[in-house]
Amino acid sequence: MSDINSRGYANADALVSTDWVAKHGNDDGVRIVESNEDPLLYPSGHIPGAVEIDWAADLNDQLRRDYLDRDGFASLMSSKGISNDTTVVLYGDRSNWWACYALWIFQLFGHTNAKIMDGGRLKWEAEGRDLTREAPNVAAASYNAPERDDSVVRAFRDDVLTHIGISGQMIDVRSPEEYSGERLHMPDFPNEGALRGGHIPGAANVPWATAANEDGTFKDASALRDIYEGNAGLDSDDDVIVYCRIGERSSHTWFVLTNLLGYGNVKNYDGSWTEWGNSVGVPIEK
Amino acid sequence: MLEELDGLDRVERAQYLLELSDDFSEVPEAIATRPFPENRRVPKCESEAFVWAQDQDDGTLKFHYAVENPLGISARAMGVILDETLSGQPVDQVASVPPDIVHRIFGRQLSMGKGEGLAAMVEFSTYEARRRLQTR
Repeated sequence: MSDINSRGYANADALVSTDWVAKHGNDDGVRIVESNEDPLLYPSGHIPGAVEIDWAADLNDQLRRDYLDRDGFASLMSSKGISNDTTVVLYGDRSNWWACYALWIFQLFGHTNAKIMDGGRLKWEAEGRDLTREAPNVAAASYNAPERDDSVVRAFRDDVLTHIGISGQMIDVRSPEEYSGERLHMPDFPNEGALRGGHIPGAANVPWATAANEDGTFKDASALRDIYEGNAGLDSDDDVIVYCRIGERSSHTWFVLTNLLGYGNVKNYDGSWTEWGNSVGVPIEK
Repeated sequence: MLEELDGLDRVERAQYLLELSDDFSEVPEAIATRPFPENRRVPKCESEAFVWAQDQDDGTLKFHYAVENPLGISARAMGVILDETLSGQPVDQVASVPPDIVHRIFGRQLSMGKGEGLAAMVEFSTYEARRRLQTR
């Protein structure tokens, strides 16, 4: 894959290469963070010095369906050795799907100095780079978190209803089978299920992984524009809402639209289909 | 095993399962070689898991697994657990193991996609037992 700076991204600084991490991962002021779907991947071997943030155990409130609050985020950052001015570089499995989810939540607390390691864990391993099972000895850092601000990059159900009313642009990043309503969830797994199948009216279907190459890296800006503008009809001036099932896959698309294509107003509806497909009276298309 | 897992916190559970994953041994060549037949592939499993059930003289089954995705650590752990707990057990008991046991093994915070894939490994294995019961 070509050099990140040659791919035409609006904000190429949002990505770093595996080479960069190999050279700078242990620099003062840099913290490498792994975030995966598979809970066994980090303990099976991680980039030396990397800490883990678990999407479910660390980033979500364990009682309410919501993200951690100001104190929780500050405590998490402190425990991971991250201070307010730390450059956080996230990586993980599934083409950085979960890393993008973590990065998006970092934005709710204004930690904008966060980047994604292009290619994620797959590329690091494919390049034969070092992995260790040794947990890093991280000194607690001081972190002063602001109140969580949900107004900029997060959408709620009522925002989506308003968005439908103005025929706003929406991207459903789930699989075509989920979008069509053919598939809801597996029997015995009601945890993320929904009573109704289909999609939010007006949403275009662009599965999240369309933005990634086979090696886990992001496609270049030209290819991404073909996907989101040529095929899905978006424009960089649009207000866009993205969603999936619980808001994790759509974080990947949020990252692409916001950072790689430079869209100024993209929100992630993390209630997503598990809320919409269970809500009474909301409109659904199949 | 389940009782032991119930008493572990998230980190301890991951370590326990990781050690199991390290013990994974792939399906022997006497049973199957690459490319593995598609009819042995576990549906919905993105770790590209395959399952074989070998009939034993005593009427039980010996289970074998392959996991083609190099990042399929959990799938390999699941393969070890299923082999250790289902192989050699009465077929009717194997047939009745519910797929949602994966949440008791891996914890409730497993993602839906990962949970589906691992549950499909259980489902495929217990299907083999149910199939034997129907033909006996």
